[in-house]
Amino acid sequence: MSSQDASSTPNPSHPAESTPASLPRLGMAAPLFEAVTTHGKIRLEDFRGSWLVLFSHPADFTPVCTTEFIAFAGIASELRRRGVELLGLSIDSPTSHIAWALNIKEKFGIEIPFPIIADSNKEVATLYGMLSPGESKTETSRCVFVIDPDGIVRAMIYYPLTTGRNTDEILRLIDALQTTDKHKVATPANWKPGEKAIVPPPTTLEEAEARLRSGLECADWYFCKRAL
Amino acid sequence: MACIGSQGGLTESAHKMLSSLDQPSTAEDVAARTSLPLFRVRAGLREMMEANLVEMEQSLYRLTESGRSALQS
Repeated sequence: MSSQDASSTPNPSHPAESTPASLPRLGMAAPLFEAVTTHGKIRLEDFRGSWLVLFSHPADFTPVCTTEFIAFAGIASELRRRGVELLGLSIDSPTSHIAWALNIKEKFGIEIPFPIIADSNKEVATLYGMLSPGESKTETSRCVFVIDPDGIVRAMIYYPLTTGRNTDEILRLIDALQTTDKHKVATPANWKPGEKAIVPPPTTLEEAEARLRSGLECADWYFCKRAL
Repeated sequence: MACIGSQGGLTESAHKMLSSLDQPSTAEDVAARTSLPLFRVRAGLREMMEANLVEMEQSLYRLTESGRSALQS
């Protein structure tokens, strides 16, 4: 594959192209892109209808990133069961990604089942604000973007170069977001599936008084939980 | 490319997708028949449209003559 093939190009139909300084924000449409990956050219729109975990790593053939890729591969089937696809990214070349994936398979016996964007010209990384020049001018930070089936950014996580991510937390985050969507509740600190969720606080006095008579498990009118 | 190999032949996943197009089908139908992820099917069908192996009308994909020939070769 030529170096030209390795480029990632922003989708011309997306407003991010005309406002490059605008980074993703929660609740806003995820910036569209078309990028070269280890599975061929892929557009963000190809994931429409599925949840997507788009994550960046600093560089191929580095130890922390290798542990992360093994961990992401480890949750891939659990994510797929939840209707979630994985998409990796770094500014390495497609050849490097392929060699690294083969190396992980050879040395650790782990197959990388998800595509990895070869963002050699940093276009997707720039669109998503994955570069932290204060940390590194040549590597993407450890970012995670959770994008819902409608293409809306629902969560973002940024970790520094030195700290590998916790994939259990990413699974928990997906469970929490999907639970919120399904049951119209919020989830408390350290919530896990099966535990009670928070009922959104009342917004009127009438509703607050009714809430206390509602039979929900309430510490006070604004703090009620219910089983799902 | 994901569907056309570096030596010009169909990749395994492309062969699967083309073989599943014995009747006009949506990307979702192809994904169900091939057990490939939907994102991969969408990207693959787009690539095969560019290569004139597949055409699409009203969200239904069908083989072109070139697509039929590629399957038989």
